Amino acid sequence: MAAGELWEVFVRPRRGLAHTHVGSLHAPDAEMALRNARDVYTRRQEGVSIWVIPAGAITASSPDEKDAFFDPAADKVYRHPTFYDVPEGAGHL
Amino acid sequence: MYGNDFGPDQSLLDQVADAERALVEAAARGRDGAPETGEEQAYFDQIVAAEQKVEPRDWMPAAYRKTLIRQIAQHAHSEIIGMQPEGNWISRAPSLKRKAILLAKVQDEAGHGLYLYAAAETLGIERDELVDMLIDGRQKYSSIFNYPTLSWADVGAIGWLVDGAAIVNQVPLCRCSYGPYARAMIRICKEESFHQRQGYEILYTLAHGTPEQRAMAQDAVNRWWYPSLAMFGPPDTDSTHSEQSMGWKIKRFSNDDLRQRFVDMCVQQASVLGLDLPDADLRRDDETGHYAYTQPDFDELMQVIKGNGPCNRERIANRKRAHDNGAWVREAAAAYAAKQTAGVRREPARSDASEKAVA
Repeated sequence: MAAGELWEVFVRPRRGLAHTHVGSLHAPDAEMALRNARDVYTRRQEGVSIWVIPAGAITASSPDEKDAFFDPAADKVYRHPTFYDVPEGAGHL
Repeated sequence: MYGNDFGPDQSLLDQVADAERALVEAAARGRDGAPETGEEQAYFDQIVAAEQKVEPRDWMPAAYRKTLIRQIAQHAHSEIIGMQPEGNWISRAPSLKRKAILLAKVQDEAGHGLYLYAAAETLGIERDELVDMLIDGRQKYSSIFNYPTLSWADVGAIGWLVDGAAIVNQVPLCRCSYGPYARAMIRICKEESFHQRQGYEILYTLAHGTPEQRAMAQDAVNRWWYPSLAMFGPPDTDSTHSEQSMGWKIKRFSNDDLRQRFVDMCVQQASVLGLDLPDADLRRDDETGHYAYTQPDFDELMQVIKGNGPCNRERIANRKRAHDNGAWVREAAAAYAAKQTAGVRREPARSDASEKAVA
């Protein structure tokens, strides 16, 4: 059985890019989680910075409610620039 | 001029896509690791020179941090205050379609303000402090939002001219040396494109409508043209922050270069609208290909910055009222969260008690 709570791991692959989720691991505390994350997820220099976050601290949207949750954005085509007619000849818009 | 992001035929979205590509390429070139003790400044300088990004936990000069906080906060405040002039017309939009679009746009401005406040917070300043500094006047927002929106056509003029000028200013910020700001700007610029187009469409519709509608569109353009030119800030000779910001690659082009680019774009767009720009001296210089134009009234700009524009007091009073009126919501949310946390803590105690009861 894995020791400690579950931690989610985020790695910044290169300077200039945002941290992205790569996976999770078990560890008894934050310090150990960080060290384990380095060993588990960056053995081949996959990253230059790591965040570890207790999985229990993450609140996720429910897959069952996906449709109702994201529906409000579905009928708002006017949020996209392609919704608007750009008259012939108008540049830089 | 930097790279090819001033390409004559590129759309703004193309320029943003280029900036995003450059960011990924610079990341792939790699310059990782950390500076030796005592070498921090040299390391920072190398990162900036290599077009790479400075990240929140990197060493950075104190003045760089301070400049970024000032600039990103001012930018965030502008998005938030910018909701007011347009919000003024939501309830009076001429159709349900226009109303839904305007709501979505004002909603975007709030979102952009939040992305930017979050970017500023990575530099070690608290959100509450930023809000306080806006309300008590220690930090500024773009002067353009201190002008009133007198007719529906103003919503069109703001989208076309004000958002257009903002985009010209903001696209180079997608290449800013500070990572969180550059990434926020890429997201914002992609979303801004609809703002400019919806404004242009409103003006095009009005300009091809009745004589009264056409006159309303022309009047709005007349009033917003010079304040939009002033958005690029004082002339290069008087710009206090420019040189150092260019050195740090926070800023990429001078105020006057950006203003010129905006004028050149607008002349062509105005001709398609069939509206006039209110400048009798506007003419193309055949040698440079750029348009000569009349400068905005920079004394007026300074007055508006100092707090004496038509709507300065109203904008801040509204912001303060909204913030104060929201206090009970923040308190209620905090009280509810505290109660939930206390409830979670109580639960094991309750199950202990029930086990004892069973035993």
